[in-house]
Amino acid sequence: MSALRVMRPEETVAVLDRHRDLFDDSTRSRVFAVAAPLGLLAFTAFAVWWLALPFDQILQGLTSLAKFVALMFPPSTGGHLDLLVKAMGETLAIAFLGTLIATVAAFPISFLAASNTTPHPIIRFVVRRCLDTIRSVDALIWALVFVGVVGLGPFAGILAIAVSDTGALGKLFSEAIESADERTRESVLASGGTGLLAVRFGLLPQVLPIIAGQVLYFIESNVRSATIIGIVGAGGIGLQLSEQIRTYDFDQVAFAVIMILVTVAIIDWVSGKLRFAIIGRRPVV
Amino acid sequence: MNYRDVMPSSIPIVSQARLEVLVADYQRVVQQRRRQSLLVLAILAVLVLLAARFGEVDLRNLIDNISNFTSYFSRIMPKLSAAHFGADVADWYWNITGWLKLLLDTILIAYLATLIGAVGALATAPLAAANLAPSGTLRWTIKRIFEFCRTVPDLVFALMFVAAFGLGPLAGILAIAIHTFGTLGKLFIEALENIDMKPVESVRSTGSRFIETVRFGALPQVMSTFASYTLLRFEINVRSGSVVGMVGAGGIGQDLFVAIRKFYYTDVSAILLMIIVCVAVIDLVTERVRHRLSGRDIRR
Repeated sequence: MSALRVMRPEETVAVLDRHRDLFDDSTRSRVFAVAAPLGLLAFTAFAVWWLALPFDQILQGLTSLAKFVALMFPPSTGGHLDLLVKAMGETLAIAFLGTLIATVAAFPISFLAASNTTPHPIIRFVVRRCLDTIRSVDALIWALVFVGVVGLGPFAGILAIAVSDTGALGKLFSEAIESADERTRESVLASGGTGLLAVRFGLLPQVLPIIAGQVLYFIESNVRSATIIGIVGAGGIGLQLSEQIRTYDFDQVAFAVIMILVTVAIIDWVSGKLRFAIIGRRPVV
Repeated sequence: MNYRDVMPSSIPIVSQARLEVLVADYQRVVQQRRRQSLLVLAILAVLVLLAARFGEVDLRNLIDNISNFTSYFSRIMPKLSAAHFGADVADWYWNITGWLKLLLDTILIAYLATLIGAVGALATAPLAAANLAPSGTLRWTIKRIFEFCRTVPDLVFALMFVAAFGLGPLAGILAIAIHTFGTLGKLFIEALENIDMKPVESVRSTGSRFIETVRFGALPQVMSTFASYTLLRFEINVRSGSVVGMVGAGGIGQDLFVAIRKFYYTDVSAILLMIIVCVAVIDLVTERVRHRLSGRDIRR
């Protein structure tokens, strides 16, 4: 080949004709392409107007933010490293125990909520709606409620994470059960096994690794959530953090944030390794 | 030809000696797995005990006070009677206009925050995707920034912004936007790293600059995935938007916080019900849209 051949005009037309569907957008999609950004823009304008955002405060706010950031260096423990370490330990304990309790609670519930194992569709529907309701209340609100029940401290945080994650994990587990291969269960039934045996030997071996991966992932993400529930007094490093922000001790804020970042990185690394060992490189959720 | 000539009439019987070997093998594997499970359980038990000490778990306290928890739910239930149902509901939702306004505030906070976060992530993620990034250092820096933004809890940002910008929705929007920026950035990078590189290379071979490569080679493959992630995030942000109010950053959270703390029981259930219904509706709508979006990517 010496050179690229230039297409003749009629050839160009022929090629265009052959791939008409790629070039001819329907009127509907054209209208959508214009209307969607306009709609987003209009809604944005409405939102800014409705919320009456104080744009004149932005500059002033940014200067005070810059001041805060300047105050963060150098980070300091404020002389109570032991308190911070203990709070971080509490945070980890809250995430770990909360997720574990949620797992134990969600596991049996998820069989009721999965279409292939539920005793009755009505039960499935009711259980699903209950899980949705639990899920749509934030962990922080549950924490507020539990502080009222068991008093201030990390125990309230554990219960809050446990309850709110029962909703999320129940849904995820039931989806894992639904997507399991039916044939192994049928083969257990065909060889004379009871329904319970079919679940034990036909279903669980498929589902357990997926569930383990999801639980590890939730422990990871709960370490993040557990850092904030302290703000309402439910234990963990959030209490120190919110107090330090309120008293403008930004060097200590910086130290606590660095502690959180390092801890989360370590947990991510460990649970990533464990997850890889259990299920391989597969997306979890 | 008789089928007996081609098919064996019975399953061949394994010899006793062979069977014993197989059974022994099976037993060994089962034993090994049992030992493994026991070890995992033991480690788990130790961790639970350790965590229980740190977490000040007090089961006696829980048992003593669990009645508070159950009675809490009966206390927040509104007193509705069939006789004057309308009046009872009106009494329960005595502040319906005020709460609806706050709920709209919450949705708009979530909307603006999602928009800012998504636009920011869209603009920076291509610079940090391994297969597109023009520079290694820039890629590393952006990935660390994403990590920082999603690891620091949004409420911590909200507290700081309330201190800087004053009480109100602005602090909430910025806090949730930063968090959204971090999470969506990570998801966008993952989507971009899984694209088909052939279109990208063909655009590059025409001598395009970075921005044109991304626009015409990469984005058409991932736009609907991006839109789907963003919608999912919007739903999550409505939930967070109902919480940032607790630290004074706007939305319905403030009223909910006051209601819980001051034991205005029926107000708690009224506001919670509004949030739950609102989240459920948004969940339904975005799920519809996401189902239509999925599979619309131009791939392969």
